[in-house]
Amino acid sequence: MPVIKDVVCTLCGCLCDDLEVTVEDNKITKVGKACKLGRAKTMGPFLHERIEKPMIRDNGELKECSYDEAITKAAEILVAAKRPISYGWCSTSCEAIEKAIMLAEETGSLIDSTANVCHGPSALAAQEKGAPTCSLGTPKNYADLVIFWGCNPVHAHPRHQTRYSTMAKGAFTPNGKKDRKMVVVDPRNTDTAKKADLLLQLKPGTDYVLIEALRAIVNGHEDVLPDEIAGLPKAKVLEFAEMCKAAKFGALYFGMGITQTRGRYKSGDNVASLISDLNQITKFVMIGMRGHYNVTGFGQVAAWETGFPMAIDFSRGYPYYNPGETGTNDVLMRREVDAFITGAADPGAHFPQESIKHLFNIPVIQIDGYANPTTEFSDVVIPAAIAGVECDGTAYRMDCQPIRLKKLVETTFKTDEEILTEIIAKVRELKGAEGAKGGA
Amino acid sequence: MAEMIIKNGVVYDPKNGIDGEKNEICIKDGKIVENVGAGAKIVDAEGCVVMAGGVDGHTHCAGKINTGRIMSPHDMRYAPIPGLSGEEPRTKLLRPQVGYNTPNTYAIGYRYSKLGYTSIAEAAITPMMARHMHEEFEEIPILDKLGLVLMGSNWQVMQYIQDKDPEKLKAYMAWLLLASRGYGVKIVNPGGGSSWTWGKNVSGLDDKVVDFDVTPADILIGLAEANEALNLPHSIHVHCNNLGVPGNISTTLDTMKLLEKVKTKRDRQVMHVTHVQFNAYTGTSWMDFASGAQDVADYINKRDHLTFDMGQLMFGPAMTMTADGPTEYRNARMFDAKWSNYDQELEDAGGVVPLNYTSQHFAHATMWSIGLELALLVKDPWKVMFTTDNPNGGAFVNYPEGQALLMSDKKRQEVIAGFPDMTMDRISLPNIDRELDWGEIATMTRAMSAKMLGLEEKGHLGVGADADVAIYNIQPDKVDPSVEHEKIKKALSFAKYTIKGGEIVVRDGEITATPKGKVYWVNAYENGITPAEKDRLMTDLEERFKKYYSIQLSNYMVEDAYLPRPVEIRPEVI
Repeated sequence: MPVIKDVVCTLCGCLCDDLEVTVEDNKITKVGKACKLGRAKTMGPFLHERIEKPMIRDNGELKECSYDEAITKAAEILVAAKRPISYGWCSTSCEAIEKAIMLAEETGSLIDSTANVCHGPSALAAQEKGAPTCSLGTPKNYADLVIFWGCNPVHAHPRHQTRYSTMAKGAFTPNGKKDRKMVVVDPRNTDTAKKADLLLQLKPGTDYVLIEALRAIVNGHEDVLPDEIAGLPKAKVLEFAEMCKAAKFGALYFGMGITQTRGRYKSGDNVASLISDLNQITKFVMIGMRGHYNVTGFGQVAAWETGFPMAIDFSRGYPYYNPGETGTNDVLMRREVDAFITGAADPGAHFPQESIKHLFNIPVIQIDGYANPTTEFSDVVIPAAIAGVECDGTAYRMDCQPIRLKKLVETTFKTDEEILTEIIAKVRELKGAEGAKGGA
Repeated sequence: MAEMIIKNGVVYDPKNGIDGEKNEICIKDGKIVENVGAGAKIVDAEGCVVMAGGVDGHTHCAGKINTGRIMSPHDMRYAPIPGLSGEEPRTKLLRPQVGYNTPNTYAIGYRYSKLGYTSIAEAAITPMMARHMHEEFEEIPILDKLGLVLMGSNWQVMQYIQDKDPEKLKAYMAWLLLASRGYGVKIVNPGGGSSWTWGKNVSGLDDKVVDFDVTPADILIGLAEANEALNLPHSIHVHCNNLGVPGNISTTLDTMKLLEKVKTKRDRQVMHVTHVQFNAYTGTSWMDFASGAQDVADYINKRDHLTFDMGQLMFGPAMTMTADGPTEYRNARMFDAKWSNYDQELEDAGGVVPLNYTSQHFAHATMWSIGLELALLVKDPWKVMFTTDNPNGGAFVNYPEGQALLMSDKKRQEVIAGFPDMTMDRISLPNIDRELDWGEIATMTRAMSAKMLGLEEKGHLGVGADADVAIYNIQPDKVDPSVEHEKIKKALSFAKYTIKGGEIVVRDGEITATPKGKVYWVNAYENGITPAEKDRLMTDLEERFKKYYSIQLSNYMVEDAYLPRPVEIRPEVI
């Protein structure tokens, strides 16, 4: 049986690249070394129903059509729109993301990633204070203290702790877990927290306060702190601060509990300040626990192509960026956009109701391998190959490490990159025709 | 393929001994040729200076710069130099452009081309991150590119130097260049990168590196000797220890002296010392800090084993980015600036910090003076490359300003007149009246940099060279650079023509075509390393990856897909 080794998993930002995939008769029959989530993702094309055919909504019903018809319809919608927006692109390859950006340029569109409802505030925090971070292999070899703040890797990044953090064995941590302490900061007693050496079960929404208190202690001002901080006794906060100061190499991993809690980017910004302060005493870094496997890649590609990592508006001809004004949910809630194209994402399942309401009122184009809640209100649905299973490409791990995705099986589905390239060509053709009309 | 002839221009081609002669340049199939047929396209360079396309041998243009972009959205709108900075909408031909210190990839390609530059070298990438560099390279239009690979804090490099195993070191260096599709060996703050992972640093050439029984001096000599044993086109490219620290001149001079004993079979230096402005400080603190340019220049004037670049500082905002992690942390704390850090497992460190240089601060004014002093006090322009360490000392779109300053004592004195008094006893620039001529400028911006990198087909206009040409709207017999600073600056900022590979890409300062450039890399592994050595190395690599790396060995090497237009250079085995 042909086994493909060192396959890159395309589920979460861990981008584990050691999977062993068995392929028989162009079908994946076994996925070794992956976590449950990764196995389901990699075997997905053979476990779940696909969107089999392109579809266009007609009188309320999605009706099958050819790729050409769907691509033409998508291009027509985008060309006719005054203020289109493109959203998602985080579970696909960088090569597809480049095309999505080119299409947005071509149509004077906005373009944004799933970071809009996820780690977007981490980018804003980096704009305020920078991002003192490292590659995932650095804490594996060095860290004697790992902190999970507002994230739950046991469920969201199942192999993170064995491959890169808590249990990982490395040069200065040959005994894995025995060589380090693990701290969880979370209002919930999560499955990650149950294994922690110290759990700080803070009051929801008080992360900023706790960070500020830690900074006060690290900078030698513990006397100004009250007896209770963020719902925790001062002694416990002091204990945590002492652990940080005593560590030789500390790694703070953070999730939505920092980015989407009260204070949003200000919390991330203060984490960066705490890390900077701790480096006066020892070595400390922070790493965002990115969810979608290539959401980091979107930020990277968008930054080198447009200068900005997300929330980019091409309506002026050059990239304009002002999150809060140009983020996907900003423009949806203001009912400002009149067409929506999404790929490799599911806004239908993750957006606030007010945004979804507007999506019901405007034409929606979906490019995806699988049907999801977004399909229910999409007007054009274009099925795509699954990157990392049915086509190759590039993805960036949560630590910005680029890795080449592998193609494991043949497919008749077009790739995201191909679909977007064809839409761009169609848009150019339509705009050219319009231009000629205008001239006559 | 179309033929072209450039007529009536005044040619400066230092490599071929041409110093301001009215010569014709013939082009065919992207190369400079002896002569062309009667049907060749005529480019009239009447009233213009003609040089080879510029070669920037040290710039941060792909990789770490992306962190700079993400940190500085304000930079995208910053437009102090019209036509070379800020926001520019897309056109039928051009992708949109933004930025000044950290422009998007398209702006980098277009704006270097407007300056008449046609080749650039990314100065620092870790092997593990090389794929990222190549992804950005592919989106930088027009220019030819190459990347220098960080090796000065790499665990395996230090291990082999500690083990005194030069053969394995050689094999590993060649493999790293292959794995990263890199061009040359970069050493940043030798040993300091790995020490920084513990929050520590090295303080001089003989300091022990944390966790290894080696010193920065051992690393420099080990890598330099292996570099020459591999006969690589470029020498080691060194960012010295103690960058940005008052008194660091002693480390810099010691580093230069240390390399005297290394021999090469090639017609080039054995070490290129980069952005020396940041490493030529006397004093014991910022209070008594002063220029050490005279001492550095005196040494370089007496020796022939090294070249250097200026790292000229430009007033205004800059974005510093370097593998020198501890320096960036110090910068951030000193100026209360935002701080990005990146520790790359087993390979190196890095940081990105925005700074603002002002002529009203004596330290910055002194640094500005030191860069110019170095270029003016070193007599032989073949030892000096013009750089700003883009964008560490300033954005590359300021090169014309810097080059014009080298040509005008009057303009320099005007700037110095505005400096705070505290600057004056720290610098010697007021007493240096040397003004560079066009031949010297052509040397420092293309001929020398191409030679220093070992790019034989770049930086000159002799038969067989790549047809990369810059034509500037200046009549050298009518315009006096020593008094017409603005005119020189404007001409160098917006080339009359830039020709890349025989195609006109800039005309009257505007982009006219956007071909894709090539990527140069050096393969010393395939025919330079014996099968037995390869086996010995592979055993180590397999163990290292299994135990310490967070990525599989088989997923490490940059795939061919990332270099659609590669130029593979195989050095002769010696």
